[in-house]
Amino acid sequence: MSFRVTINGEERRFETAVSIDSLLDELGLEPAKIAVERNLEIVPRSQYRDTNVADGDRLEIVHFIGGG
Amino acid sequence: MMREASTDPKPLVIAGKSYRSRLIIGTGKYKSYEQNARALEASGAEIVTVAVRRVNLTDPSQPKLVDFIDPRRVTYLPNTAGCFTGEDAVRTLRLAREAGGWNLVKLEVLGDKKTLYPDMLETLRAAEMLIDDGFQVMVYCNDDPMMAKRLENLGAAAIMPLASPIGSGLGIQSPINIRLIIEEAKVPVIVDAGIGTASDAAVAMELGCDAVISNTGIAEAKDPVLMASAMKHAVDAGRLAYLAGRMAKKRYADPSSPLAGLI
Repeated sequence: MSFRVTINGEERRFETAVSIDSLLDELGLEPAKIAVERNLEIVPRSQYRDTNVADGDRLEIVHFIGGG
Repeated sequence: MMREASTDPKPLVIAGKSYRSRLIIGTGKYKSYEQNARALEASGAEIVTVAVRRVNLTDPSQPKLVDFIDPRRVTYLPNTAGCFTGEDAVRTLRLAREAGGWNLVKLEVLGDKKTLYPDMLETLRAAEMLIDDGFQVMVYCNDDPMMAKRLENLGAAAIMPLASPIGSGLGIQSPINIRLIIEEAKVPVIVDAGIGTASDAAVAMELGCDAVISNTGIAEAKDPVLMASAMKHAVDAGRLAYLAGRMAKKRYADPSSPLAGLI
């Protein structure tokens, strides 16, 4: 059964259960350089492997960019 | 051993950490991160302000700030630019802490898109939330000595009044207020926003500021690397002039050569 997750405002569809760890891998993102928020709660890096995204989740994945 | 008389005897200390440079530079508006890194080198700065934003999911191979400016070598100061509520600012900095592992942050809660003037009521509220959550908070604020005192009493790590609006390059518009803030503060006072060129930075330091932040003044110069070097020298010169103590101003001339022995 497929489910939908909103990542950085974009909706994505998944067919099978996916952990944050494997999601980042699929997106080509290095865990050490980013932070993840799931439904307004920060997911600690140590929990990426054990945290699965669920239908209707809203994820924000951020990093540092240039700013003043 | 006697210290060398021509140098600043004291380092800048923020939240218990010492820095030799009293110039903090931004990382926005440069043509490239490569140019930014060269400007950083020329500026001698040990702290850079950075923003927290969504990663680009469609092109994760885009250049990354951390690949040009090493956060293990340079202190990253995450900001809350673009936040208009205390909650947005706190949310942003909690993500920054997770991404980088640092507690030292720059809080700015804006009240108006046109002037980017700080909303001080939201700023105070956010500062309190962050300090309660264990952050060391450097706070962008207006140049009101009473607000600065309130921030200090809350436990701010540094008070950072604007010289003039963000990105305006208009220099210090209220030197009297900045001086009043400095006189009363027991934490570092850092002029943030409005520094347009080297002389503005020198004026800030001569007033007794502990440090200066410059982003647009360097990034939008025709030669940002050269301007970064100019800002470095201006901050040093202003600091030394402050420590030296300027002469009193007089209304009329006072000859530099003695009158006695005149033929």
